[in-house]
Amino acid sequence: MLYLSLVVLLPLSALFLRATGSGWHQVWATVTDPRVLAAYRLSFLASLTGALINAVFGLLVAWVLVRYDFPGKPLVDGLVDLPFALPTAVGGIALTTAYASNGWIGKALAAVGIQAAFTPLGIVIALTFIGLPFVVRTVQPVLQDLDAELEEAALTLGASRGQTFFRVILPTLAPAVLTGFALALARALGEYGSVVFISGNMPMKTEIAPLLIMTKLEQFDYAGATAIAAVMLAASFLLLLAINLLQGWAAGVGRRA
Amino acid sequence: MDRNELPLLRWLLTTVALGFLALFLLVPLAVVFTQALRGGVLTYLTAIREPSALSAIGLTLLTAAVAVPSNLAFGVAASWAIAKFEFPGKHLLLTLIDLPFAISPVISGLMFVLLFGSHGLFGPWLAQHGVQVVFAVPGIVLATIFVTFPFVARELVPLMQAQGLEEEEAALALGAGGWQTFWHVTLPNVRWGLLYGVVLCTARAMGEFGAVSVVSGHIRGLTNTIPLHVEVLYNEYNFTAAFAVASLLVLLALITLAAKKLVIWRSGRDAGAGAPTRG
Repeated sequence: MLYLSLVVLLPLSALFLRATGSGWHQVWATVTDPRVLAAYRLSFLASLTGALINAVFGLLVAWVLVRYDFPGKPLVDGLVDLPFALPTAVGGIALTTAYASNGWIGKALAAVGIQAAFTPLGIVIALTFIGLPFVVRTVQPVLQDLDAELEEAALTLGASRGQTFFRVILPTLAPAVLTGFALALARALGEYGSVVFISGNMPMKTEIAPLLIMTKLEQFDYAGATAIAAVMLAASFLLLLAINLLQGWAAGVGRRA
Repeated sequence: MDRNELPLLRWLLTTVALGFLALFLLVPLAVVFTQALRGGVLTYLTAIREPSALSAIGLTLLTAAVAVPSNLAFGVAASWAIAKFEFPGKHLLLTLIDLPFAISPVISGLMFVLLFGSHGLFGPWLAQHGVQVVFAVPGIVLATIFVTFPFVARELVPLMQAQGLEEEEAALALGAGGWQTFWHVTLPNVRWGLLYGVVLCTARAMGEFGAVSVVSGHIRGLTNTIPLHVEVLYNEYNFTAAFAVASLLVLLALITLAAKKLVIWRSGRDAGAGAPTRG
């Protein structure tokens, strides 16, 4: 497992060593700088919004893919993974072109007075794109294995379709939806490639945390970049822990259903 | 279940779901190809055959040629150890394998700058020996190995675990050696998962942007990979060329998706049933 230590552990320890090496005071001063705080806030809020959109629409897409039949379904199902397979930079320039005020969708949005590209909304769009497969792919298998008897029992006992969905189906799917949501959130927090093109990168306004790390690096402010990164890493690890717990819970619910 | 569903509701839900996917998946895909071919096929080919584009393609292929075999070897070894043996720290190993997925690509790149950069941990020593890692090809390769590290192992671990030990034990009982068992029993059993892991790893190795961007230094014709070249062209407002080069990566992505379908079909299992692979 030497390879693992060399490839994963060594770089990671270098980062923490460096972050603490410059002294806690300096780290604290860097991460509480208004511009950094604004970037953290934007990264978090935009990622949260994107993940929420994906939770709702991902559930819907999974539902449609599992329960309904329509022409071209295998193709649509395959396409869901596109954000995993497409390099983020390519996704970024394509989304920017589509949602810019002279793009296909941007034009329609501009007509109703909404500017998407180069605003926080653009960031949300990019983060929704890259997180799209997570909820669909976590919910799909659970929905497939969902016991039809349970639903039929509820219906036979006089529950309406709405009641059956909210009281029987949704609680069973909840852990999977939450896991997908958390995965999408984790991915969105660190995302760089797809966001930098569409965001416009204005300090305090549309500057996400990973971009700020990049900016600090270009100014050779290694200590600053490392401090920002250390906070983000800590957040990712907490989220990773939460995801592991969620997956354990999801497996438990799956067994009971 | 379908029989008592309201047709109107069904139609509505399907339309909304497909509309959402069209807006976020189909439109970007269409944009790449229409923009790439806007100047005609000739302009498209010129953009791809331009020297700096060719050198970007070459560097990307080189990077993948180093990163994929390294991670393939590790992935097979690690998943074999995890699935077939018991040892202390197994859970920790599984968590560590997933780690690169949890780390922002920019931070991944930053870690290598901190290790090998001129102010880094090993920087001064490397400089004395005339080796440049960061802002050079070795840095790009290392960062790529890091971000593509989990793909093969993650595909293989659940597969090998599901297969259990019976077939291996039978082979060993019948007198096969350890290596023979591995080559003729273990590996063929997981070949489709292995193939998909390699495809995913390759696609990511060729398409990685954030991490490579940090360590590359963006030297045109020297340390630009395909995604970085796309960025440079785009920022120079050379949109047609940017999308032409980007379309190569889109084709790669579509091949990845097709490979996944093929693997599911051939192995007769639902590859989407496991934890989703993060790309």
